[in-house]
Amino acid sequence: MQTSTSWRSFRMAAWLGWVIESNWTDPFLFAVYSIVKPLSGAAILVIMYGVITEGNFGSALFPYIYLGNAFYIYVGAVMTGVSWAVVDDRELYKTLKYMYIAPINIPLYLLGRGGARFVVGSIAVLITILTGVFFLNVKINLAEVNWGLFFVSLTIGIIMLALIGLMLAGFTLVTARHEGFIGEAVAAALYIFSGAVFPLDVLPEWLRPVGYFMPTTYWLELLRRSLVGEVANAFPTLSQFSNLEILGVMIGLSILFGLVSIWIFKICDHIARENGMIDRTTNY
Amino acid sequence: MSTLAIETKDLGRIYKLRGNKKEARKELIALQDVNLTVKKGELFGLLGPNGAGKTTLIKILTTLLSPTSGWAKVAGADVLREPDLVRPRINMVSGGESSGYGLLTVRENLWMFSQFYGVPSKEANERIEALLEMIGMKDRMHTKSSDLSTGLRQKMNIVRGFLTEPEVLFLDEPTLGLDVGAMRDVRKFVLEWLRANKERTLLLTTHYMMEAEELCDRVAIINKGRVLACDTPTALKQRLQKDAIFEIQTSPLNGLSQQMLVDQPEVTKAAITETETGTKLNLSLVEESALARVINLFTQKDVKVMNLIKREPTLEDVFIDLVGRSMAEEEDSGQPE
Ligand SMILES: Nc1ncnc2c1ncn2[C@@H]1O[C@H](COP(=O)(O)OP(=O)(O)OP(=O)(O)O)[C@@H](O)[C@H]1O
Ligand SMILES: [Mg+2]
Repeated sequence: MQTSTSWRSFRMAAWLGWVIESNWTDPFLFAVYSIVKPLSGAAILVIMYGVITEGNFGSALFPYIYLGNAFYIYVGAVMTGVSWAVVDDRELYKTLKYMYIAPINIPLYLLGRGGARFVVGSIAVLITILTGVFFLNVKINLAEVNWGLFFVSLTIGIIMLALIGLMLAGFTLVTARHEGFIGEAVAAALYIFSGAVFPLDVLPEWLRPVGYFMPTTYWLELLRRSLVGEVANAFPTLSQFSNLEILGVMIGLSILFGLVSIWIFKICDHIARENGMIDRTTNY
Repeated sequence: MSTLAIETKDLGRIYKLRGNKKEARKELIALQDVNLTVKKGELFGLLGPNGAGKTTLIKILTTLLSPTSGWAKVAGADVLREPDLVRPRINMVSGGESSGYGLLTVRENLWMFSQFYGVPSKEANERIEALLEMIGMKDRMHTKSSDLSTGLRQKMNIVRGFLTEPEVLFLDEPTLGLDVGAMRDVRKFVLEWLRANKERTLLLTTHYMMEAEELCDRVAIINKGRVLACDTPTALKQRLQKDAIFEIQTSPLNGLSQQMLVDQPEVTKAAITETETGTKLNLSLVEESALARVINLFTQKDVKVMNLIKREPTLEDVFIDLVGRSMAEEEDSGQPE
């Protein structure tokens, strides 16, 4: 009973999320969101890199930041995908209260809704990486890729991001509409602390611990190491740790963040019920 | 197994209002000491003006909102402590809003919700067809819900509530905002469904007197968060049977006040409603002879009588009897403090 409730919550939510996300009745809009936006983000980075390093695209730093930026697309996509479902269902579709009274597992429902963003996000990540490989000299030697490490890290990371998204969904539940962009906002704030586009060593010393505390830091490091091992190893930040050690740290931090997120969601959910916020729509 | 579908004990809800910085935090009593019991198989009505607390009560009974005092049981389980036992057995529909996923067709919207309740897919599709047929929109089954009119969207939402065959179904103003034809469809649908499902319980809120009178086995009249009376429509009206009730349409009242009318001997109740065509008075008189005094008063104030009928009491009169004002007046007087 319990598992079937959880499973159908997740499965139906993923189906619904996919129908909404893949609404490509307007292929132009779809192209803008999943191709143009990530590519222009990458382009800005490439141009800035080119200017600062006077065109030194052969340096190991370039694939490091290019891949970091590409995978970082997942952070915003997955976290927002989960938390935005609250805003969508409450304000736009006016269905959140009907979901809440249904015999479903609400956290799994929200995670399912985020699943669709993961798929769309994957398209953007893939396109960005392929662009790098074919046009920008980002060298990925397929024979040397550590696929096992890649998929394990990717999976754990996505689950971790989805759970953080759940925490943001909790905040969204107890706040007003404009805070629905909280996912993108948090993603942007974490960008500098995750070693996405520069090694953590660049940060002032007193800020570095924030980066070391973020599971995203280790997640990006593992993805880079699995795809372009020798390049990633060239960076001092985590060079004294082995892949396995980093994986261990990432799993530990992911469990910690995941548990805290679920706990915070439960508290917010309780507050929402106490204050009648589940069906509250914003009046302008 | 208990025969009660809904039971509340001293149920209360206070909202904390976030005032602006200058004012202190205010509290609003939305529900107070509500004690209700609804039997299995009943069609129970909650009748009250805007802000009476009807939606608040439904939100508590459907586990969406915690009460601040008392407790409530629905389908045998406590809504606060055992929501997971309540939810599979209930469903809820609020009228006057268009909900649903515009990208999905009517069938897809309904099917998705049935899946959340674990209804086997094939059976769900059969139910969807049958219910859409009953409510008169089977031809729109494959229309995207964004392409439906507001009224049809509301009908779809109503079908969503019945689709999961809940033991207890809550309908919050199901006919709000519908045109006369659609209202009739919905009422007919509700009655037909209950006839076919005698074990099912339905709690309906409305501020249409006629709707409560026509549909409900029992009605609770609620105002400012309190249940003032609860009985069958017939029994409620019988309280007033001793009075003679007159409905009088007049020209403008020229300063004649409600107080002046009730001050007349043997006039027990007077309610004044301004309508588009003039003024409407509802008078309850102990003796018909008191009418003469009222007419006399009109003459003094130069008020003309356009129309005068004596009629059977309605729930509207019951409301006036309990509250001292008509429901329309109560709504105009604004939100309770
Ligand atoms: N979330 C909330 N926060 C603060 N006050 C609220 C909230 N929800 C409702 N109220 C107030 O509680 C009172 C009862 O509201 P409720 O919606 O239950 O009335 P109702 O009988 O359903 O009215 P209507 O016929 O307008 O739907 C009203 O005064 C309303 O303003
Ligand atoms: Mg209401």
